[in-house]
Amino acid sequence: MKEYDVIVIGGGHAGVEAACIAAKMGCSVALTTMDKNAMGRMSCNPAIGGTAKGHLVHEIDALGGVMGQISDRTGIQFRMLNKSKGPAVWSSRCQSDRELYSKEALRVVESHANIEIVNASVNGVLAENGKVKGVTTSEGKEILSKAVVLSSGTFLNGLMYTGLKSVSGGRYGEPPARGITESLIELGFESGRLKTGTPPRLRKSSIDWSVLEVQPGDIDPKPFSLRTDKSQFPFLPQMNCHITYTSPQVHDILRKGFDNSPLFTGVIKGVGPRYCPSIEDKIVRFSERTQHQLFLEPEGLDSDLIYVNGFSTSLPADIQLEAINSIKGLEKAEMVRPGYAVEYDFFPPHQVDLTLETKLIQGLYFAGQINGTSGYEEAAAQGLIAGINAALKVKNEGELVLKRSESYIGVLIDDLVTKSTEEPYRMFTSRAEHRLLLRQDNCDRRLLKYGHKIGAIPDEMYAEFERKEKLILDGIAFCNNKKFHARDINPFFESKGQPGIDSTETISKLCKRPEMTLKELLEAVKDDSNEIIKEILSNQLVLEQIEIELKYEGYIKRQYEAVERTDRYENTNIPLSFNYLSLKPLSTEGREKLNKVKPRSIGQASRISGVTPSDISILLVYLKN
Amino acid sequence: MIKNEDTITAIATPNGTGAIAIIRISGDKSFENADKIFTGRIKICEAKTHTIHYGKILGKDKELIDDVMISVFIAPHSYTGEDSVEISAHGNPFVAKKIIELLVENGVRLAEPGEFTKRAFLNGKLDLSQAEAVVDVINSSADAALRGARNQLDGLLSKKVTELRTLLVNTSSLVELELDFAEEDIEFVDRKELISRIEKIISEISLLLKSYEFGKIIRDGVNVALVGKPNVGKSSLLNYLLKESRAIVSEIPGTTRDIIREEVTIGGILFRLFDTAGIRPSDDAIEKEGITRSKEAIKNSDLVIFLNDVENGVSQGMYNQLCELTEPKKIITVLNKVDLSKNPGIGADVYISAKTGYGINNLLEELKEKSFGDSTYSEKSAIVSNVRHFDCLRKAKENLLKAKQSAEQSLSGEFVSVDLRNAESVLGEIIGEVTSEDILNNIFSKFCIGK
Ligand SMILES: Nc1nc2c(ncn2[C@@H]2O[C@H](COP(=O)(O)OP(=O)(O)OP(=O)(O)O)[C@@H](O)[C@H]2O)c(=O)[nH]1
Ligand SMILES: [Mg+2]
Repeated sequence: MKEYDVIVIGGGHAGVEAACIAAKMGCSVALTTMDKNAMGRMSCNPAIGGTAKGHLVHEIDALGGVMGQISDRTGIQFRMLNKSKGPAVWSSRCQSDRELYSKEALRVVESHANIEIVNASVNGVLAENGKVKGVTTSEGKEILSKAVVLSSGTFLNGLMYTGLKSVSGGRYGEPPARGITESLIELGFESGRLKTGTPPRLRKSSIDWSVLEVQPGDIDPKPFSLRTDKSQFPFLPQMNCHITYTSPQVHDILRKGFDNSPLFTGVIKGVGPRYCPSIEDKIVRFSERTQHQLFLEPEGLDSDLIYVNGFSTSLPADIQLEAINSIKGLEKAEMVRPGYAVEYDFFPPHQVDLTLETKLIQGLYFAGQINGTSGYEEAAAQGLIAGINAALKVKNEGELVLKRSESYIGVLIDDLVTKSTEEPYRMFTSRAEHRLLLRQDNCDRRLLKYGHKIGAIPDEMYAEFERKEKLILDGIAFCNNKKFHARDINPFFESKGQPGIDSTETISKLCKRPEMTLKELLEAVKDDSNEIIKEILSNQLVLEQIEIELKYEGYIKRQYEAVERTDRYENTNIPLSFNYLSLKPLSTEGREKLNKVKPRSIGQASRISGVTPSDISILLVYLKN
Repeated sequence: MIKNEDTITAIATPNGTGAIAIIRISGDKSFENADKIFTGRIKICEAKTHTIHYGKILGKDKELIDDVMISVFIAPHSYTGEDSVEISAHGNPFVAKKIIELLVENGVRLAEPGEFTKRAFLNGKLDLSQAEAVVDVINSSADAALRGARNQLDGLLSKKVTELRTLLVNTSSLVELELDFAEEDIEFVDRKELISRIEKIISEISLLLKSYEFGKIIRDGVNVALVGKPNVGKSSLLNYLLKESRAIVSEIPGTTRDIIREEVTIGGILFRLFDTAGIRPSDDAIEKEGITRSKEAIKNSDLVIFLNDVENGVSQGMYNQLCELTEPKKIITVLNKVDLSKNPGIGADVYISAKTGYGINNLLEELKEKSFGDSTYSEKSAIVSNVRHFDCLRKAKENLLKAKQSAEQSLSGEFVSVDLRNAESVLGEIIGEVTSEDILNNIFSKFCIGK
């Protein structure tokens, strides 16, 4: 019987990344799905990116993942969020054509000769002596493999609620996955239950667009992927979103449905995300607010569906419709599909290691909502890391663990493993302590080396990157040395209404003036024969990197110093086999928590809640022995 | 988060007055920091290992703190295995504390209990069999810290710092809100409001920092010299305050010869009382030496009770003499033995009888008031009395000043946030850490998020 290197369960965003990267790394992959046309399906919001999520997509791209490219090819509106703020928090976001996204995801998966798409419903994980062997399907078949990535989204015992009525299923119109949870519990895993929700879909032609506020995309859209051909971007015609608001009248109507709300009547036990509450939750918790903002987002170029962002609900369908019809512009709107809440099993993520391999079963990896996250980007990031580590394991080539100080992906996985989670976890920029270093614009500088090392980034692309990197470093050195004399530059400043300088000043120093751009300064050198200036000015990305490094030098330097201070602890490893239970001097809570999480390093141990500084000292002492 | 392996300091000799006090510094920046406060023939950073150097410790305004000997140990040839120095100062606890404070002001961190030993162990200076001992040290210090923490927790300081931290978390939340939830339909805080919030926290921290002077009084006590002419009742007053007959009292002038030192806690403040020999012209060698010591005590005291009796009234001549030895604001002029006269007399701050106890309460009030100087603290104010807490607050203030500066320069929130978060983390060293989760929780509970 055929044995695959890697089986990936589920063709969602995590599964697609896991399968593609493992295939790129030379593994034979079986991607099991109940419906291959649902590949990379956007079950909720037809959009990719957003604050901090945009960062994740850029990071996935630099490591050799596919989400960025698929999004670039299927985006129908691109915006850079937070553009008025500093570059560290600029975040890309796009509206996607839902159908095209899914088709493109399938095309990308199918383009890998060593991925076999297996149409099956997996109902169990096979393991022997603490090692994974493969999976079983509902038809009673066994599929064997060296590694398994479980990325089954919201399908594990999924239950969808609209009002008090519930239907089994993982997504609208798709059956749930049964058996996997039970098989994992049998293997010794601990499960929990989470909840998430989605808003109703409306018929586009039934909305009165003329009265609504328009939200257009950026005039000069930027792609997610380093590999996207900018001359063709954007690939699709661009569309607008629209904005409308609820009103006290709408809130009154919604309140009528509270008696039949699965949320308020306690029928739903799973914990929902606080950053993405249902509209009924918002009304109750912020009763002083007389209106809530709603975004009407197109589901695609040719789609007749509109997604009502901000109106996630599980109230009875008739109440939903009545409320919708009381909203400006939606008076005659037709509800094609009501909103619903979905409750599903997850496995509290302290049960996985930083590679996303489970601590209990070797070769078994968890990625995506099964680890308690929400969001396509969070799922994709985990799928990618799980896929990379599964492939590395199969090939016996070590592992890839990203640090908090070098990536949002590192923050994401470390948070999950170290702190576990009780609500669906979403990425925010505030979760990253080294935020100024983790920018979208320097993803390649942070991560491309790893993508290249695992073989997911082609040599030519990497060589090009190295040339660019050299130019950046040379450029910074040039700016640090090149001085302007007062007599040469002061007329220039005068013409711009800015104060002049006293004697001499470097470009680096002058670039720190908020109203000054590096481009202007380099041009003011007025030296056409200067090669480095020419090169910098001709490369927008290099210019941008140098400018950011110079302008925010003080802050960036301080963040690097902070990283250095913690690195010593991050680099002090603790063996997975370390016996905490026999270490009596530890505090009781510290001992239990350490034993549960089994941290990799002293740094990770210090982030576990309940572990005291003296527990850390004691660990250090024993590690020395 | 664990602290970085920075340079640490502590007094290595047991607390109390010994002949010498040893202050130990250990870490990368030991020599650099020693040089900041030490002036000798050569610089410490140029000294060879295992050498001893004589020189002076100078304060901020170049005033002499003490003459000291400094021993230099270059890594790895030291107790901790790191660069370290040992300063041998005179065994006056005030001198040693002053030196520690100077170092802390220069950025050296106060060592946790057992930290030198821990470093020694981690740097391979102690052998395996000593591991258990080290763990015991760490654990017992953790217990001590815990006990300390509990006292602190009960105390007003931690309540105050908790308040400050809440203010900080709220402020941080406003900044983060704008960064992570820019798309939400919420009103964001404007710069002016943000700056004024940061300023408010800074001014509260400044108050706490100021209270450190006051905290020092509570921690270290107040030295009070009882002085006056012979036979005015100095020893009687001492006995009265101690509620025991500690000093010999007699009607013979010149009874007390050597200084009698006793401690008494009044209203939560430790007073160190020095009963001195009465000051008068004398040919007696012993009495003369006693008088010299009296004058020495006056110079070193925080407060002077200048005692007179009703029979002779307040001696202006002696007052003038005292003013040459100490500042007038430190002198409390007292008229004793008021029980002997119907006319209470004039010219004193307080009128008492060491025999009947009349007026003693007024004297105590006066003592307390003078001890606190200009500070306006009531018993309900939070007070910083611990150098480590002082240090954390000082750093927090520095961070907040930077955050304020970033905000004033209209830099985007993520820059302001860097220093706000640093301030949270140092305050966290007093009462426990703020995590990004705390900030997000605060945002979710206060703002309607979720488009
Ligand atoms: N009536 C009365 N007698 C007092 C009072 N205080 C002290 N005396 C008496 O005054 C005499 C001297 O008291 P001491 O306390 O020895 O005086 P002193 O200032 O310590 O004297 P020297 O040590 O000799 O400098 C003793 O006989 C005391 O009993 C007082 O308040 N009222
Ligand atoms: Mg006496």
